[in-house]
Amino acid sequence: MDKKKFYSSSVKPEKHSNLFWLAVHSWEMTKRSITHIIRSLDQLLSLVLFPIMFMLLNRYVFGGAIDTGNVSYANYLFAGILVQTLAFGANYTTINLAVDMKEGIIDRFKSLPMAGSALLIGHITADLFRNIISGIIIILVGFLVGFRPNADFGEWTAVFGLAMLFTLAISWLSAILGLMVKSLEAAQWVGFVVIFPLTFISSAFVPLHTLPAGLRAFAENQPLTHVIDTMRSLLVGTPLDNSGYLAVIWCVGIIVISAPLATRMYRRRTPR
Amino acid sequence: MTKEVKTDYAIDARGIKKSFGKVRVLDGIDLKVRRGTILALLGPNGAGKTTTVRILSTLLPADEGQATINGYDVESQSDEVRASIGLTGQFAAVDEYLSGEENLLMMGRLYRLSTSDSKRRTLELLEQFDLVEAGKRPVRTYSGGMRRRLDLAMSLIALPPIIFLDEPTTGLDPRSRLAMWGLIKQLAAQGVTILLTTQTMDEADYLADRIMVIDNGKVIAEGTANDLKTKIGSDRLDFTFGNKSDFDKALKIINGDNLQSNQESRLISIASKGGARQARELLQRLEDAKIEVDTISLHRPALDDVFLTLTGHSAVQESDDSSQKGGK
Repeated sequence: MDKKKFYSSSVKPEKHSNLFWLAVHSWEMTKRSITHIIRSLDQLLSLVLFPIMFMLLNRYVFGGAIDTGNVSYANYLFAGILVQTLAFGANYTTINLAVDMKEGIIDRFKSLPMAGSALLIGHITADLFRNIISGIIIILVGFLVGFRPNADFGEWTAVFGLAMLFTLAISWLSAILGLMVKSLEAAQWVGFVVIFPLTFISSAFVPLHTLPAGLRAFAENQPLTHVIDTMRSLLVGTPLDNSGYLAVIWCVGIIVISAPLATRMYRRRTPR
Repeated sequence: MTKEVKTDYAIDARGIKKSFGKVRVLDGIDLKVRRGTILALLGPNGAGKTTTVRILSTLLPADEGQATINGYDVESQSDEVRASIGLTGQFAAVDEYLSGEENLLMMGRLYRLSTSDSKRRTLELLEQFDLVEAGKRPVRTYSGGMRRRLDLAMSLIALPPIIFLDEPTTGLDPRSRLAMWGLIKQLAAQGVTILLTTQTMDEADYLADRIMVIDNGKVIAEGTANDLKTKIGSDRLDFTFGNKSDFDKALKIINGDNLQSNQESRLISIASKGGARQARELLQRLEDAKIEVDTISLHRPALDDVFLTLTGHSAVQESDDSSQKGGK
């Protein structure tokens, strides 16, 4: 083997504030996660396939049996399916963190002069990106099965804003789950087991007055219902009541609590 | 690199202790590595090798003890420590979906290099590690050897003065292993300080200036490869014979240090004084006495012998419990 001069080169690390490096490192981690999405499009497809199946089953199998008053069931259902899609999309932070742990790349990241939150921020920003794509797909499929929104530009902008805020909230929660689970399998199931019942015990698929009292009390006061009701009101003009404020308060509250908690857990977490 | 602090020892650790729950994984490790030398941590699974590396590379806090890397304290100056080290783990920690080039560029920025430095270093490293052609392909299409090379290249992007290699050749085929050994030797020749962990005596012998044998979280021997071999016992020369009368006659002819014989397997074993000449002389004497030798073989002390000699227990049989909790 020829003699290689590995150390004949030289580098000069740049002097910048920690905040500057947090931004650069977060951007590097975001680029990494978004590259993962683009290079594994089958993952994105399987992600939207599930809500599409749900939309079709509910719309055509149960739709006829559910009375949603003066909105068509296709219009009623859509907000629920959209929020379900966003929640499953945001859950990828759990899975991707678990993959990073398993593959040991977290060891490498932690041994670098890099801020702890950059990796989490990267995964979460990628969730936002993923949810924009899957949200657009779901809207297109919605149109095919009879979803007819009457939202104007301002209302669509509000839908987009709330979708992103909701994604952020669920992603930070997912980060906590991802740092807690011990295996990849658990990461895949834990989101499912949490998100699935939450979407069912909400106003996603049926009007709440049809639920038994106990379930109804839960459903009326959980964040998904507020987010779904707000989306529905913006999209097809159902009554908003105070869901709008509550949805925003819930999302911001979740972010304020779980973001610092997840960052702290990441620092303490010892990967295998 | 952050400015170098002048100390004789690039790595200096004293009394490092670490427990996971009730399992004590490190029980007071003292470790010094002189600048520009290679130290091998030799021990079986669960001995505490990886835990030691993790503590020294700031991944894990120690329960007790102190350590400085490049003159910086691992606890209170972890950012300076991180800027001084490169870590290559047991499992190639590379990003599967990114290309080799993208992995290297990302690492450059994470080490706080400028974009132009990152690009320049990436091209240099792809060249030096024979990855130019593969540079644009996603890493999941790479072979095990290529991954390991990329992994090592990634830890060199910011030219750190100290490198940790945690079982750098575990799981590699013999050819890739030799290539890796070559790379490590060349790195050392350029003044880098290297701490590597290994389970094989061969690797430690070939690469390291000093070897430290650890078992159950304790240092049980330390020295150069030669120091250790003297302590452990030298190579052995074994003869076996086809029948009992040859065996009996041979026993009278063969002499040497530390002779052992086994009547059942008709084996005679002596300490070797270094090779072919001694073997030839003995064979000549046996031939003169018309004794038929069945087989002759030379044994080098293996890790297992080291452990048998130093600890009285075998290297392979370690409790699963401690190996899991202690990290791999």
